[in-house]
Amino acid sequence: MGLLSKKDQKLILDPLADDNPITIQVLGICSALAITAQLKASIVMTVSVIFVLGLGNVVISLIRNIIPSKIRIIVQLTVVAALVIIVDQVLKAFSYQLSKELGAFIGLIITNCIIMGRFEAFALGNGPWKSFLDGVGNALGYGVILIIVGFFRELLGSGTLLGFKVLGDPIAKTGLYAIGYENNGFMLLAPMALIVVGIIIWVQRTRNKALIED
Amino acid sequence: MSNKTDSNSYTILFAIGMVLVVGALLAFVASSLRPKIDENKRIEKQQNILYAMGVNENDESSAVFISDKEVGEVFGKYITKQLVITNGTEAKEDEEAYLIDVKKEQSNAKDGKERRLPLFVGEKDGKTYYVAPIRGKGLWDAVWAYVAMDNNMVVQGAYFDHKGETAGLGANIKERFFMDDFIGEHLRDASGSFAGIAISKSNGDPLNKDKTDNEVDAIAGATITGDGVAAMIKSELKLYEPYFKTLKTN
Repeated sequence: MGLLSKKDQKLILDPLADDNPITIQVLGICSALAITAQLKASIVMTVSVIFVLGLGNVVISLIRNIIPSKIRIIVQLTVVAALVIIVDQVLKAFSYQLSKELGAFIGLIITNCIIMGRFEAFALGNGPWKSFLDGVGNALGYGVILIIVGFFRELLGSGTLLGFKVLGDPIAKTGLYAIGYENNGFMLLAPMALIVVGIIIWVQRTRNKALIED
Repeated sequence: MSNKTDSNSYTILFAIGMVLVVGALLAFVASSLRPKIDENKRIEKQQNILYAMGVNENDESSAVFISDKEVGEVFGKYITKQLVITNGTEAKEDEEAYLIDVKKEQSNAKDGKERRLPLFVGEKDGKTYYVAPIRGKGLWDAVWAYVAMDNNMVVQGAYFDHKGETAGLGANIKERFFMDDFIGEHLRDASGSFAGIAISKSNGDPLNKDKTDNEVDAIAGATITGDGVAAMIKSELKLYEPYFKTLKTN
């Protein structure tokens, strides 16, 4: 990271751990519950959010001095919505299969409160380069949690990872299933995502007591 | 923020300007990508139809289509006739029947207009396949399918797809383990009348060994998607039944 100053490094690295948007700021929980039943969906959502948040932060930062403060939320929404529509259309034209798999997730990006949160809290007050780093950093921090949750939900819920049957075949009773292991279908439902996120928050705050609020 | 950006007139002008810029940008993107998107949709339809009649590049566990580049040629090779069925039994050939929008036809039928039913006749290894495109409702949004049948309405293959079913649950209707269950399944019951295929959670036949029970095994956690798929099969394929009655059975 020789290219980045210490301050810039902090912008990228802090959201990954001690200022994580999901586990510390408790933003973006809704999509973390909705799409983490499979690891692949988590990864795809992460990439999409990195793109939209990184670029959106830059756009907002560039026009931050001319946005009328009364309608700034509407302006922010318009920027996210426009970016998301462009991503959606470009994917449909050049990577049709992928766009079909993403389907609903692309639209869900608009509802992600991390995006509006970063526009409001960071991009409106900082330059484009810093905003870009902040956007990418926060999207990565969001993605890390998504991928951890997706990993455990798919592994314990379906016995697969990225679609590969890593624990054996539940119907033919091979691998772990031969000795009586069963998939936990509850893992596929949204409440278990919340519990997994809760466990991550618990582990994180146990390791770093400074994060515990009174 | 300076005072300048707080005035009402500036706010209104900014809003108008923003709408114009964003609107123009999106309109430009949409219209310049439109032909490419339409082409992708056309290719996908051909791939789906071919998939249903078993012309695909499936490996052991995942569903793989004929590649985008080859599909046009392969489609011409396997699909011998494209029919448009009206009034239940009147079939007319139409080279572009595969471009018929099932959704539009459904809403036409709702408005009391005549519904055109596309049916694709394919030949593979000396066997004749009849592929019907159907459409219905899942939990969140549309579900649709291409079902290949023989002349006795026994399913020979099916491709299911959906717009926004839950990943890992309802979205699994497009996984092989679900779609392959339909192969060999009868749409008519023992007495020969149309019954459809129910998606059952309690049929005691999870490996789907009984092909004449008009049932396949459901996906856990996807009850409403499954019910939607079953309802779609029942109501939509029933429309094709009069035509299948006119085919010589053997």
